[in-house]
Amino acid sequence: MTTRTGPRATRRLILLGAASVALLGLGNLPFGAAPALAAANDKYPDEAFKQKGEADAIKALYGKTAEPSDKVKLDAPEIAENGGVVPISVTTTLDKVTSISLLVAENPSALAASYKIPDGTIPGVANRLKMAKTSNVVAIIEADGKLYSATKEVKVTVGGCGG
Amino acid sequence: MASTIRVRATSNGDITEVQTLIQHPMDTGLVKDAKGELIPAHYIQELKFECNGKDVFVANWGTAVSKDPYVKFSFKGAKKGDDLKISWTDNKGGSDTTTAKIS
Repeated sequence: MTTRTGPRATRRLILLGAASVALLGLGNLPFGAAPALAAANDKYPDEAFKQKGEADAIKALYGKTAEPSDKVKLDAPEIAENGGVVPISVTTTLDKVTSISLLVAENPSALAASYKIPDGTIPGVANRLKMAKTSNVVAIIEADGKLYSATKEVKVTVGGCGG
Repeated sequence: MASTIRVRATSNGDITEVQTLIQHPMDTGLVKDAKGELIPAHYIQELKFECNGKDVFVANWGTAVSKDPYVKFSFKGAKKGDDLKISWTDNKGGSDTTTAKIS
C-alpha cells in the first residue's frame, strides 16, 4: 500500500505543480497590465517612465494605443537651439479630458511628463522639456476613456541630455 | 530657507491661471560631472496643486523635464483670495510645499 500511494502522491503533486505554473504563466499577462493601468490614475507610474520607446511607454501608462486627432493642438518650436529647454504646450477642444502626457520619441526614455486633469481644470498645459536630439514630440490626451495624439518634429541643434 | 517654488496665480473671472517655477536640478542620471563620474538621477516625480481641498492639477514627471521646471495651467472654480497649495516630491525623498493666494 505504502509503496503504491507514495509514487502516486508525488505524481499528483508534480501534476498539480505543473498546472499551477501554467496558470500563473497565463495569469501574468493580465496581471502585469493591471498595476500599470492603476498607475495612470493614481500612483507615480514608475514603469511607464522606464520604457525606452514611445509606444511601450504609452502602453505601460494607459494600456491602450492612441489615434491621431486634429483636436489635439501641440505647440512646439520647429527648431530648438537648446535641447535642454524646449518650450512645449498642449491644448485641446476635446471634452472630458482626464490626463495629458508628453513623450519625446528619441529620448533615452520616451515619457517626459504626465498630467492629471481633474474636473474643472482647463485641459491644457505648458512646460519645458529636455530633448536629446531631433525627434518627434508626441502629445497624448485621454478623453472619455479614449486616447488621442498629436505629433510634431522638433529639430534640435544642441542636445539636452548629454551635457 | 526660501521656498524652491515660485508661483503666480491670477484670477480672471471664473478661470484661474497658474504659472509655477521650481528650483530643482532635474538630473537625468546620464550626465557626467567634471571628474567623469555620473551625476545620479535627481528629479521631481510628483507636483500637486490643491485648491479648496481638491486636487486641481497633478504632474508626474520623468527626467526629461527641464532643469528648474516651469509649468502653466488654468482651472475653474476658485476666486480671488483663495489659497492654492503647491507641493512636490522628488526621487530622493526631497519635498517642498508652499501656499499662494490667488490674486
